[in-house]
Amino acid sequence: MLGRKLIVAAVACLLPVFAQAAGGGYLETVHIQPSNKASLQRGSRTYVNYCIGCHSLNYLRYNRMANDLGLPADIVEENLIFTSDENGEHHKVTDMMHSAMTTEYGKGAFGAAPPDLSLIARSRGVDWLYTYLKTFYVDESRTGTGHNNLAFPDVGMPNVMWELQGLQRPIYTEADDGHGSTHKVFEGFEQVTEGTLSAAEYDKVVRDLVNFLHYAAEPGRAQRISMGIWVMLFLFVFTAGAYVLKKEWWRDVR
Amino acid sequence: MAEQKNALMTWIDDRFPLSETYEYHMSKYWAPKNFNFWYYFGVLSFVMLILQLVTGIFLTMNYKPDGATAFTSVEYIMRDVDYGWLIRYMHSTGASFFFIAVYLHMFRGLMYGSYQKPRELIWVFGMLIYVALMAEAFMGYLLPWGQMSYWGAQVILSLFNTIPWIGPALTEWVRGDFIVSDITLNRFFAFHVIAVPLILVALVFLHIVALHHVGSNNPDGVEIKKNKNAEGVPLDGIPFHPYYTVKDTFGTGVFLIVFFAVVFFAPEMGGYFLEHANFIPADPLKTPEHIAPVWYFTPFYAMLRATPSMMGSAFPGVMVMGAAIVVLFFLPWIDRGKVRSIRYRCKAFKINLFLLALAFVVLGYYGMQAPTDLGTFLSRLFTFVYFGYFIALFIISKDEKTKPVPERVTH
Repeated sequence: MLGRKLIVAAVACLLPVFAQAAGGGYLETVHIQPSNKASLQRGSRTYVNYCIGCHSLNYLRYNRMANDLGLPADIVEENLIFTSDENGEHHKVTDMMHSAMTTEYGKGAFGAAPPDLSLIARSRGVDWLYTYLKTFYVDESRTGTGHNNLAFPDVGMPNVMWELQGLQRPIYTEADDGHGSTHKVFEGFEQVTEGTLSAAEYDKVVRDLVNFLHYAAEPGRAQRISMGIWVMLFLFVFTAGAYVLKKEWWRDVR
Repeated sequence: MAEQKNALMTWIDDRFPLSETYEYHMSKYWAPKNFNFWYYFGVLSFVMLILQLVTGIFLTMNYKPDGATAFTSVEYIMRDVDYGWLIRYMHSTGASFFFIAVYLHMFRGLMYGSYQKPRELIWVFGMLIYVALMAEAFMGYLLPWGQMSYWGAQVILSLFNTIPWIGPALTEWVRGDFIVSDITLNRFFAFHVIAVPLILVALVFLHIVALHHVGSNNPDGVEIKKNKNAEGVPLDGIPFHPYYTVKDTFGTGVFLIVFFAVVFFAPEMGGYFLEHANFIPADPLKTPEHIAPVWYFTPFYAMLRATPSMMGSAFPGVMVMGAAIVVLFFLPWIDRGKVRSIRYRCKAFKINLFLLALAFVVLGYYGMQAPTDLGTFLSRLFTFVYFGYFIALFIISKDEKTKPVPERVTH
């Protein structure tokens, strides 16, 4: 019957096609473990050591993070808080994870103030963050930083973790596109100088950091999922009960 | 019920028609016994309305309608308010599910001719609800004050600009400023939390009053009031309570399973319920690469983009988009058929309705995508298909060859 086709068509119109809009750049995929607390702790350590000088997490509180990541508050206060407020007072564990940098200074130094990263994992996605943090390369034509990035061409941010990763250069090959012209295809990176970490170790640092940013973008995620399971169980029982009740009530309807 | 009435009920009934109202709308409202799957979506729309009103009240307690603090206050709800994330996700997911229920409810009306005589006013009230709902959703979307909130509002409000002569002045009047600003946010908040909800509730009331006056249609399109027993009860009717209250409880359970699966496990729905760019605070100086409305507006947005501009003005597109909604109001008079249900209508009617559904899906898809040549071509084609539905229906229904309609409902 055509009615069935209409049902299919009508339902299909309500399920948008889940095609992610292409960003146009190079993108690698990353697998993160949101429930791995050790990974999140390492990510938070990397964040306060390499990122928070310029990038705030204005929507995340230190003690919320301590609680969610299984870190004692005094350990966080002593070992993970390196920033101070405008009066020079050391930030407290009850403070938001503010950056030490003022907007004016950031604009002066980089052309644009470094953005707050509280929600970066939700606006950019974890794959993009992972690719971005791994694809800085040496580019002498960039007069300011001397670095460029595959995921974010001509980015204003310098390669902050170059000591860990070492310096690298992209290798391109010329490819014929079949229409008589050639274009450059990215093949991979060649290492220019060695970093203090091996490639595998650096990859792990980046994955942990991305995992931490994913957490920071939605600290309530773990609670959402664990609560969701119970709500679903309740609804299954409730709906099954309603079904039995309906069958019983409708017995005399012919 | 009269003989069981206790003293309190008698006291109330002498002063307020409580028993009478209850019987008229619930225990003695005779609904056809053959409602199918499609008949859940009316009550589900109502459930979503209540859910949006209740979650909305709690969001309002913590939200700040201020250009400087709106975005932060939403994150405050998401992180610091107890179960704030749950209330917010229910509200944001609820908006999409409200439209899902309403679109399926409207499609039910198209299939079974629920808008035909004597139910024209139910349809017109329903269309007014739909328009109010679109206004409610559009203004609510500005409130999180993210990039997509801001630029979506900027794009849609600039459509008023295209109206000849009065456009620019009208746009400025609606916005209250030269660009979308704190002033716009404040008035949208006022409309979103009080003005439009009041109108919505009033229209829903009228929709139901009209429905209960004429009685419900059914998948056979048979008028059940034609066959009554000695007591005046329709032979194919069953009291709404308890039969449909218990059936709708089950239907609501199934719907809520799907709804809460999204709320708890995929609240962004891959960027279609909560768009990625809306996690960046509104910035009047930075236009996002790709501005697209939320999915429930995209069929109309596709029509807007597909219409070629004339003399440098996008006004024709605005007219087409507006006409796509306005034409629906006239559906009861466009359809000249004597038979209501798709079950007994001609093949051409069925194909026509299938094409309308297809047009809606295709337009909805291309309205979400960045414009391409193929997208523009298909959007144009299916804009014609969409309007073609109404023209074809007008012609088909004139001397339609229908199948015999049964005297009583089939079960």
